[in-house]
Amino acid sequence: MLDARTPLVEMNDISIAFGGIRAVDRASIDLFPGEVVGLLGHNGAGKSTLIKILSGAYRRDAGSIRINGEDATINNPRDAKAYGIETIYQQLAVADNVDAAANLFLGREITTPIGTLDDAAMESKAREVMGRLNPNFRRFKEPVKALSGGQRQSVAIARAILFNARILIMDEPTAALGPQETAQVGDLIKQLKSDGIGIFLISHDIHDVFDLADRVVVMKNGQVVGSARTGDVTKDEVLGMIILGKVPPGATPGPGAQNGLV
Amino acid sequence: MAEQHAIPTNIHPSRFVQNPLQRFLMATELDTRLLGMIGALAIIWIGFNIFSGGLFLTPRNLWNLSVQTASVAVMVTGMVLIIVTRNIDLSVGSILGVLGMVMGVMQTSILPSQLGLGLGHPMIWVLSLAAGLVVGVGIGALQGAIIAYLRVPAFIVTLGGYLVWRGAAWWVTMGRTVAPMDPTFQLMGGGPDGSVGALWSWIVAVIACAAILIGLYWGRRQRLRFNFPLRPIWAEAALAVIGCGLVIGAVLVANAYPWPVRIAERYAEANGIAVPETGLFISHGIAIPVLIALGVGVVMTFIATRTRFGRYVFAMGGNPEAAELAGINTRWVTVKIFMLMGALCAIAAAISSARLNAATNALGTLDELYVIAAAVIGGTSLAGGVGTIAGALLGALVMQSLQSGMVLMGLDSPLQSIVVGAVLVFAVWLDTLYRRNKH
Repeated sequence: MLDARTPLVEMNDISIAFGGIRAVDRASIDLFPGEVVGLLGHNGAGKSTLIKILSGAYRRDAGSIRINGEDATINNPRDAKAYGIETIYQQLAVADNVDAAANLFLGREITTPIGTLDDAAMESKAREVMGRLNPNFRRFKEPVKALSGGQRQSVAIARAILFNARILIMDEPTAALGPQETAQVGDLIKQLKSDGIGIFLISHDIHDVFDLADRVVVMKNGQVVGSARTGDVTKDEVLGMIILGKVPPGATPGPGAQNGLV
Repeated sequence: MAEQHAIPTNIHPSRFVQNPLQRFLMATELDTRLLGMIGALAIIWIGFNIFSGGLFLTPRNLWNLSVQTASVAVMVTGMVLIIVTRNIDLSVGSILGVLGMVMGVMQTSILPSQLGLGLGHPMIWVLSLAAGLVVGVGIGALQGAIIAYLRVPAFIVTLGGYLVWRGAAWWVTMGRTVAPMDPTFQLMGGGPDGSVGALWSWIVAVIACAAILIGLYWGRRQRLRFNFPLRPIWAEAALAVIGCGLVIGAVLVANAYPWPVRIAERYAEANGIAVPETGLFISHGIAIPVLIALGVGVVMTFIATRTRFGRYVFAMGGNPEAAELAGINTRWVTVKIFMLMGALCAIAAAISSARLNAATNALGTLDELYVIAAAVIGGTSLAGGVGTIAGALLGALVMQSLQSGMVLMGLDSPLQSIVVGAVLVFAVWLDTLYRRNKH
């Protein structure tokens, strides 16, 4: 997987500031097809902000985004979806008061020839996708707020894969889940990866992502500390990058590296 | 999860309940909240009937009640969508006022004289109503755009609108009352002429009953197709009987209210009908404004539940951020909701001004409060995301029943306000209790 291939995503020198605070400062990150990249850092390191620029929730102040080697214009979530970028947000982003099928198709409803909602078609498609993800899921008719954390998570994941995402962003995908559901999500990630989908996993907890990721990128104070293949570094070394900004020998330093000061 | 596995999914849950009332409710899948409101309405009606000495439950009073409810009922269907998206509209009464004026001036001076159509031209009512709709949608678009794109809270924008449009209504004619309205336009306000008569009322009843039966049949077929649990046959039959019974009952009441003797005699004279000794009995039938309100209710229910727009409205109310992240253009949807509200205000203004046979400065005063109260009593949650058109229409009927009943009992108007205010707070408290118990 050397860089001879065109990356699926290249974000170069991305910066964004909120009222004078540089949430993301000249950060660059890339992702290849079938690759899982773990984006790590403390709360407030800028990882969620960086990824929200890719998913269209925020607009960058500077920098460029290339999708499949071509410059991409992403100004809102609709633009991102048009590039095949799907996001599963930390807070799940489901509308609590409508049912699972309505949430799966939110913004992209199936309609009948006369333009009305085709609830039957959506529900049957939802049953098909959910059957693959979580065969125990039965509560299609109830508002999502009646569901458990794991069930809500599977709704959010189903929504992302339903529309043939090429780039999947998962922000703390297992934060709200029990061990069994976490394992399910892990299996799912492997399955999606084998389909050639590029996945960003965002987490502040290294244990969530280290075993699933091919590569990790660590951020601190809005800057990229460095990146490394998971085979070249240990968990402790990555932890050192997260906490101290210290780049181990097996990793490539970024602009935020603490060049041997510690 | 374990119990879900134990119950095969295509058996209706009502099979497992012993208590007959609970079993009936589960089998028919009737919304208990809506039933509660109907119960409350029944108590109000019977109570007023007793205290007014049998004046309330007469065809005459119920017919009038239906006509009085029509204007607020039309507006409340739009207010539901606004409140569901966590907004509010305090300006509907004032918008109704200015639109009444615009339509009044259109039909009394602009169309007949300035455009030379002449008084009584059959196109006047259409063009006047169209002008009202255009201005209404425009006002809604303006307010909606300020709320959605300039991010001024709806409370403030429509509070401003409340003053602005009331002032604008005055400016249209410098405060002069516009009257009389075009004769065809007046039909939208009810009265002996503005009712469809016995025969057409029965035709409406047949159509409504057919729609109920087809709806039940279609629902059952869809459930079979996707292997969902079916209601027991007896429950379907009960629903059909209750639904059609209500429709037929309403038409019987409307048809039992005759034209006033003088008007009937004049009509008989003009048409050369012999007046029998027992007096001429010509039924009012369902009033046209009531038909308009029911039609608006059906269309708005369709919009709220069967279209993308309606789905977005509820998703935005449930979680605005999720809706935005799902790629919904939430701002444009907000503008569209307020445009719809403007159009509904125009219809309500037509009904109110036609009923009064005049457009005055005071038209629609305090209506915003009745509309909001009706929506809230009808189960629309101010926290957003929850509300139904049918519930709101019932809420409008409850509000109007209170008003009308107190008038019949001869209560002073200050006391009426006190009661209405107290009932509103009480109803919302009951609703809070209900929701807390449910979850």
